[in-house]
Amino acid sequence: MDFGFILSSAASEIFSPTTAAYALAALGLAVHFGYSGLLNFGQAGFMAVGAYGFAISTLTFGVPFFVGLLIAILASAVFALLLGIPTLRLRADYLAIVTIAAAEIVRYIVTTNQLTSVTGSANGLAAFEGGFYSMNPFPEGSYFGMNNRDFFIRVVGWALVALCCTLIWLLMRSPWGRVLKGIREDENAVRSLGKNVYAYKMQALIIGGVLGALAGMVFTLPRGAVQPANYGTELTFFLYTCLLLGGLGTVLGPVIGAMIFWVVLSLTQGILYGLIESGAITWLNTVQAGQLRYILVGVALMLLMIFRPQGVFGNKKELAFA
Amino acid sequence: MSSTSAAPAAQPVTDGDSVVKVTDLVAGYLPGVNILNGCSIEARKGELIGIIGPNGAGKSTLLKAMFGLVKVHSGTVVVRGQDITGLKANKLVSRGVGFVPQTNNVFATLTIEENLQMGMFQRPKDFAERFDFVAGLFPELGKRRAQRAGSLSGGERQMVAMGRALMMDPAVLLLDEPSAGLSPVKQDETFLRVHEINRAGVSVIMVEQNARRCLQICDRAYVLDQGRDAYTGTGRELMKDPKVIQLYLGTLADTAE
Amino acid sequence: MTITATKDDFTGTATSSANGAWNIGVPEQGTYTVELDESTLPEGIALAEGQENPRDVTFSQTSNLSVIFAFGEGIVVQQQDFGQNLLNRLVAGLSFGLLLALASVGLSLIFGTTGLTNFAHGEMVTLGAVLVFAFNALGLPFWLAILLALLGGGLFGYAQDRGLWRPLRRRGTGLVPMMIVSIGLALAVRYVIQFYFGGATQQLPYAQSPEIQLGPVSISPNNLWSLGISAVVIALIGIVLLKTRLGKATRAVADNPALAAASGIDVDSVIRIVWITGGMLASLGGILWAYYRPGVTFDMGSAILLLIFAGVTLGGLGTVFGALIGSIIVGIFVELTTVFGLAADLKYVGALFIMIVVLLFRPQGILGRRERVG
Repeated sequence: MDFGFILSSAASEIFSPTTAAYALAALGLAVHFGYSGLLNFGQAGFMAVGAYGFAISTLTFGVPFFVGLLIAILASAVFALLLGIPTLRLRADYLAIVTIAAAEIVRYIVTTNQLTSVTGSANGLAAFEGGFYSMNPFPEGSYFGMNNRDFFIRVVGWALVALCCTLIWLLMRSPWGRVLKGIREDENAVRSLGKNVYAYKMQALIIGGVLGALAGMVFTLPRGAVQPANYGTELTFFLYTCLLLGGLGTVLGPVIGAMIFWVVLSLTQGILYGLIESGAITWLNTVQAGQLRYILVGVALMLLMIFRPQGVFGNKKELAFA
Repeated sequence: MSSTSAAPAAQPVTDGDSVVKVTDLVAGYLPGVNILNGCSIEARKGELIGIIGPNGAGKSTLLKAMFGLVKVHSGTVVVRGQDITGLKANKLVSRGVGFVPQTNNVFATLTIEENLQMGMFQRPKDFAERFDFVAGLFPELGKRRAQRAGSLSGGERQMVAMGRALMMDPAVLLLDEPSAGLSPVKQDETFLRVHEINRAGVSVIMVEQNARRCLQICDRAYVLDQGRDAYTGTGRELMKDPKVIQLYLGTLADTAE
Repeated sequence: MTITATKDDFTGTATSSANGAWNIGVPEQGTYTVELDESTLPEGIALAEGQENPRDVTFSQTSNLSVIFAFGEGIVVQQQDFGQNLLNRLVAGLSFGLLLALASVGLSLIFGTTGLTNFAHGEMVTLGAVLVFAFNALGLPFWLAILLALLGGGLFGYAQDRGLWRPLRRRGTGLVPMMIVSIGLALAVRYVIQFYFGGATQQLPYAQSPEIQLGPVSISPNNLWSLGISAVVIALIGIVLLKTRLGKATRAVADNPALAAASGIDVDSVIRIVWITGGMLASLGGILWAYYRPGVTFDMGSAILLLIFAGVTLGGLGTVFGALIGSIIVGIFVELTTVFGLAADLKYVGALFIMIVVLLFRPQGILGRRERVG
């Protein structure tokens, strides 16, 4: 078994674009759940709206990159509004069910054969990333063992993560953020101060949703394809695992959580595959090893929630629940 | 006095007439924070005991601790000679303790009859007999047995709640502020009802905010202060006690007499 | 068999593998004519009725595209008049709604007595079907396999409560953390099932069931059985809840757990019975769902989890009879939307959408009590 290879491929996950996408989306969930107490189970839907909003506007309407980006952000804001109007007044468990249902509605709609010409149905859309890579300032060559395209998307992805983290950090320190945390602790107390709780929640939902949409784009650009199967409910649950790994009411928590999530997944896969190839494990095949990782994710999510709900870096006082 | 010491195998901890004896009870909701600091009360057979005191004196906590709903740190609760300290609520019912909480004291989605059935969940065989007993006390319940408890008025709900607690033929009935939230007329009815339950032979321990009305009907009363039993005496005695009047009854006590 | 794709002067040919998969590489995006050579089909297999062959396919924005040729009798393109179709779908929807109700009544009982919104309920549904398949594959008789699967479902419910939920209740864990724990459990169990069961679709015995004509309705015997079984079981549950001592105690615990304990009801044991019942009901629902689809897969339960939630939410969280009515509405709605022109692959969308709309105007659900909504 080649430990060097296993370790280096695990290490490469730390700064992979997918990790950046998970970090952004989990940061969005931190705004929703960690800071505002909104139990959004539809983050995959926001990611799908962002990815499809960008891909469709690029392919169907032929708009340039930045217009596509703007459309994706606007689409996710509209989605947040549509979702927020009926649900933000509801109790947490209703909100969870409605948001997960809305995300699934998005997935069914981009999967249906009725809209194949626009969405590509189950096969999804591809070849929309040209506008992005044409802006690549890095000439061809090797950058830390990557080609210039891989390097560019990583730089952009992580710059975006850094920018968003800074913005959220500043926001949460602002009076606005303090009101939001107040809502999380005691909604009625904030309401009695004359604050419009509903408006604050809606703004938080939109901000977290836009982060989700950006994540959807970062997720989809390096793949050069967007496919509906990637945006199922499990994606949201993986994001919750990242969020809980890192810490709920923190800015860096989701980022570190996403890194841990992907490094651990890569490590377990590498080690399991290595053990299977070397014949040390015979009761598993490589397909089952892949499933074993999901079992681990599920168990990790349970154990984290039960024994360390504040996450690795979280503060127990910042928990949205007792 | 000890003529009725027919308590079963368990060692008679107190003399036979004692139905409930609480000794030096220390209890609280959080570790290290005690609401009760050594409270002792006793109810003898057929007695109507009132417990009064200022807000925060631990009146409701005393009842909840007796009923296993608040953690007891030290002290004992003995019912009919059996030590029941710290037993879970559902075990206490069969030991002869009935409890009527102050709020949420009926099953709103169940009918009156079903509420009463739940009251004797552990002994369904004697339902008809006990139902007649409760319907004798509260004829209103017998007439409307198929009505949902959630659709009843506050006073009616309280009849259902007391009726439910009486179904198991308890040795003692614990009432947590039965008059709270009722109009003055309904309050009078409630005290009358408690009095009737007591006259039917049930020992009652009643926590009350309305100290004067409570003292008027009870045989004996305890005044709680800061988690301890500060004074005790018959209702009449306490109503004339200058300290009690000054602290808990106010000057109106004289005019009410 | 052989498949040919042509466009202008390009022709690509492929021969399908044993499992029927095939692949043709083409030089550019555009419209191709794809034709299946029917003479190369294995003996006894014909293209399903209404399957276009040859057919034109277009792809412009992706680098790959699937074309599926469906075979066999099972896939028949409906060509009935509207009224006939409406009636058939209505009955099928009722059958579907009742099997959903089996799962949602259990979910609702669990929610009512413990407050838990259990995202692992879908896996409880899957388990029933998977166990029947497994026991049957071991050579056990069909009836025994079903019996054991129901017992297995009950056991799973018991184990969940005993090993996980009861300790969490004792710790005073909040409802939102418990909900997230149930998601972790759902993921873990789903992939444990896949680990042993695999990713393929399997069929239970007697899954083939051609439709029969029953008066004005055409329905498959399996659907008819499913309809009958779920109706009887739900009626039994209803009678138990309304009439028996245990049923009343269950409603009492759902109504007011503290008062139930103060009345001498052992709340923990009532909850344990609710979990066992919920597990068995979910198992039964899963078996019937495997016949309704038809097929057993590791994620069949999570595929209808949201419909189960929709049924429960529509009726009002925690009200058992609401869950029944909500599920029937969802089942019928899912089937009827296709009659009124919604594409078959969007039929779940309608049901989820109606749930959101109902919550907008009546957040407590159809039968829910207003104070349940915070």
